[in-house]
Amino acid sequence: MTETAQAAASGPGRDDEAAPSGTGESAPAGPALVRVEDLRVTFHLPRRTVAAVRGIDLTIEPGECVAIVGESGSGKSVTARSLVGLAGPGARVEAARFEVAGRDVRRFAPRDWRRLRGGFAGLVLQDALVSLDPLRTVGAEIGEVLRVHGPSGLSRTAQVRRLLEEVHVPEPDRRARQYPHQLSGGLRQRSLIASALAGGPRLLIADEPTTALDATVQAQILTLLAERREAGETLLLISHDLAVVSRLADRVLVMKDGRVVEAGATPVLLGAAEHPYTTTLIAAASGRRRVTTVEPGQVVAEATALRKVYADRTVVRDVDLSIRRGEIVGLVGESGSGKTTVAQLLFGLVEPTSGSVDFEGQRFSGIPERARRPVRRRLQLIAQDPLSAFDPRWTVRRIVAEALPRGAAVAPILERVGLGEELLDRYPRQLSGGQRQRVAIARAIAPRPSLIICDEPVSALDVSVAAQVLDLLVDIREKDGTALLFISHDLGVIRDLADRVLVMHDGRVVEQGPVRSVFDHAGHPYTRRLLAAVPKLEVFA
Amino acid sequence: MTRAILRRVGAGALVLWAAATAAYLALLAAPGDIVDTIIGDGADTPVIRAQIIREWHLDSPPVVQYLGYLARAVTGDLGRSYLLQRPVAEVIGGQLAPTLRLAAAAAVFGLLLALVLAVAARRPWVRRLSSTAELVVVSTPPFLIGIVLLSLFSFRLGWFPVSGDRTVAALVLPAITMGLPIAGTLAQVLRDGLDRALDEPFAVTARARGLRESAVLVRHALRHALLPAVTMLGWSFGVLVAGTVIIENVYGRPGLGQVTLQAVSGGDMPVVLAVVVLSAAAFVLINTCADLAYLIIDPRLRRS
Amino acid sequence: MSIMLTRPRAAIRTLRRPRIGVGLAVIFLALALTAALRPSLLAGDPLAADPLHVLEAPSALHWFGTDQLGRDVFFRVVHGARHSLVISVAAIGISVGVGILIGLTAGLGHRVADEALSRSVDALSAFPLILLALLFIAIAGIGTTSLIVAIGVALVPHFARVVRAQTFVVRRAAYVTHAVSFGTSKTRLVVRHVLPNVLGPVPVLAVIGLGEAILLAAGLSFLGMGPQPPSPEWGAMISESRGYLHIAWWASILPGAVVTATIISLTVTGRFLQRRFEGRETV
Repeated sequence: MTETAQAAASGPGRDDEAAPSGTGESAPAGPALVRVEDLRVTFHLPRRTVAAVRGIDLTIEPGECVAIVGESGSGKSVTARSLVGLAGPGARVEAARFEVAGRDVRRFAPRDWRRLRGGFAGLVLQDALVSLDPLRTVGAEIGEVLRVHGPSGLSRTAQVRRLLEEVHVPEPDRRARQYPHQLSGGLRQRSLIASALAGGPRLLIADEPTTALDATVQAQILTLLAERREAGETLLLISHDLAVVSRLADRVLVMKDGRVVEAGATPVLLGAAEHPYTTTLIAAASGRRRVTTVEPGQVVAEATALRKVYADRTVVRDVDLSIRRGEIVGLVGESGSGKTTVAQLLFGLVEPTSGSVDFEGQRFSGIPERARRPVRRRLQLIAQDPLSAFDPRWTVRRIVAEALPRGAAVAPILERVGLGEELLDRYPRQLSGGQRQRVAIARAIAPRPSLIICDEPVSALDVSVAAQVLDLLVDIREKDGTALLFISHDLGVIRDLADRVLVMHDGRVVEQGPVRSVFDHAGHPYTRRLLAAVPKLEVFA
Repeated sequence: MTRAILRRVGAGALVLWAAATAAYLALLAAPGDIVDTIIGDGADTPVIRAQIIREWHLDSPPVVQYLGYLARAVTGDLGRSYLLQRPVAEVIGGQLAPTLRLAAAAAVFGLLLALVLAVAARRPWVRRLSSTAELVVVSTPPFLIGIVLLSLFSFRLGWFPVSGDRTVAALVLPAITMGLPIAGTLAQVLRDGLDRALDEPFAVTARARGLRESAVLVRHALRHALLPAVTMLGWSFGVLVAGTVIIENVYGRPGLGQVTLQAVSGGDMPVVLAVVVLSAAAFVLINTCADLAYLIIDPRLRRS
Repeated sequence: MSIMLTRPRAAIRTLRRPRIGVGLAVIFLALALTAALRPSLLAGDPLAADPLHVLEAPSALHWFGTDQLGRDVFFRVVHGARHSLVISVAAIGISVGVGILIGLTAGLGHRVADEALSRSVDALSAFPLILLALLFIAIAGIGTTSLIVAIGVALVPHFARVVRAQTFVVRRAAYVTHAVSFGTSKTRLVVRHVLPNVLGPVPVLAVIGLGEAILLAAGLSFLGMGPQPPSPEWGAMISESRGYLHIAWWASILPGAVVTATIISLTVTGRFLQRRFEGRETV
């Protein structure tokens, strides 16, 4: 089996060339930490077998930062977890060569793996809110690693404090006594990293370590990881985001469908990508201004001095906003900035505490729902998670037909969003994420609205799919002259798409104007901070 | 935290009041004269009738009757059984001890068995075996479990006495009969909870720290699995009450269950009402404890 | 060259739900239904006593043996199916009907109505099922009708809770708020989205609830609160024969086994339907 397997693993050849020429043999710390050849991971699930990883090679030398990039289902996480024997339930792991810490792990007993985990390799997962045990204090979580792997001598409390200080958690003694849900997202993620570092691992595996975080917090965590790398820590970084990776990694492996399609030193790969898939990823990450030619028409919707107070919390303060026909207005802010509430106010789901909303020249807020109904169809909504916005008992045909005049054909609308007739009788759950969002768009454009509110419509999608959906939205604006209010935490998407942008912070619009001027000459310090935090693809060629 | 506790206690008191009122309304709704209903199959003499009218304030307006009933309930006066010619508190108090012994033994047995089964179910063959056994146990009427155990261990093998409650051995079969349905359901809930917890990211993190699977289970997953099991406390109490009525009958044990049955068939309403209100009180107490246990187990529910 | 690093845990979960089980359950339920509707197809006279053949062990002639009066236990079990079916179906009918009414009113109505109904349901479920049923029987007297109503009322809180909770979930679901954007009126919203999604799972829950009702009915008639001897109701029958347990286990244990098998079949079938039902949405 070995020969055939190795023959099959010709794809990732570049990896072998890149590794020794990089840090490999000149590195002082000795042999590679990880040397894997023709790794295959297959999941034997109840009714089917899924080949998640189909023969990849991976070498990690001491002191280097290797990144695996790919979209969901590419097998990148499974690869990383296989290195510590945690590929997952039902997984069958095979490899022609599988050495971790210089030892052949293929004959490892559970006991051997346990010695490797935590001590040799630390693992950091995506969201500390669920990756740290929510029922235990941060100190207990870190202390648990220390009990298994920690050095003796210092007291446990002192070691926990030192670790939290190392990842720059202020007031470490107090934080150690708190539970994960009592910490902010950034502190939580830092604590998770501290717990992974507690065993003094030689390799730190970070699986999407910043994906659940706001941009400014993400930037801080990336800085922390960069700091670890400078200190000589070996990093394996797993991410869907090429821009995040480009800041840290020495080498990048691009994975798709369980295979490495391209690999190489980061500047080389970003500068001269050969595989079309890599090119797509780079294009999506570096952003692309979508050309538009629509002249704004009359005002479609206008919000004046909007204010919303919940109990004792003011969520939206004095927001003014107007959208013209054919315009794409971006509304940017981090979680908790009030941007979603603004959308609900405009949409008439929530009544403002004070201020007003006008739609198509008529008062839209402060009137009974009955009075809004006649114009309802001219105002549509596309949500982040289309699945929950579809009645689970309805087929695609019925979902779209609801938005059309009685008796109108559904197929042409579906065709417009690039979906075939064969999907008509499917249920939403049977569709992929991209298909679902297209159905949501079909439903939104069917009644020929004058304004569509898009609330994070692509943030749950893989970058290549997101790019297609954005193209579709721009096309709709161009052909129908529909105005779009585009709400997002992702500045990159807004930059590529919007004509005008409003930046929200703590319920206020802190800055607004044409996209170019806001992005190039931000006036408000918050906007500047937000812009600085956006990971940029660092292309060298 | 104090406020959360106070709120739960208040809600419990409210449910209790509603339960007492519902029982009272049920008495009023009974067909026929209310005095006849209270006498049931007891001796019907003018003296007793006068006594009942005085005790239940039947000569006063309905509001006064109701308030009088509530006042008696609050002060712990459970009234008088005219069938047995004794105060209800005495009738119930005398039979409380054997029932509590049985219920406690059954609860401990059920909980321990459920824990053992849920943890042992990490092995596939145990899982298959125990989930089948659970389905059978949960689907079997408790009296049938009792009859099967009796026929096997008492009549055939002669290991345990057929009836009575004088010896500890006499407690074994009834406690098992009553504990099995609890174990069956709790094991299911615990096992599902463990499965879910062991699939969570924090379990992956814990494994990645080099913990043994048993440590991940005990130190992390078990607490998460306990949460849904705590919710089942109130339900388990219902099973215990149903159990006392049926199992005391099957094994011929004295206890509250027997008292209740005799009261129901003899139409002794004061005793029936007292049993119903008492068990509602116990249920409320147990659910309040469950809510507090929740707060202790899950820090996310505490708001400081 | 290959190695297994982790145990296939996920694969185990489906193994414990073999299709054969569902098949057997459906066959058994079909038999039980036949027994309830046309008992004469399966069995002879359940009341014919034969003093010469009392307490005989199971044989080819008497599959389940004979009881203390020499009646054929199998015949009695077959004829008893009708009692159990009538009692449990009628009881579930009451609890599902009342439960849906209460649940929907609480879930869709004003907050005050919800608060009042929910507290009432809470109070009702503070009584253990069997006590609630016993209280009812104590007031209304012993008999089949009061047994049915007692069980029906006792199970109301379960269905009311499920329907109310489901109504709340659906009412707040994004797809319901989304329907607002087509100018859908509230009534239409309820009819088109809320009702189907709330009531869809109810029939399956009712099938599983049937098992619960049979369990409760058997227990209460075992205590003498249901149909009286010589009626071949399952619980009553077992109670009648248990005095002879030490010499003739079959007369009480075999009918009991049929009760258990019926409840297991209902549960297995119900769970299967539940998975199928969810399956249509997930696939």
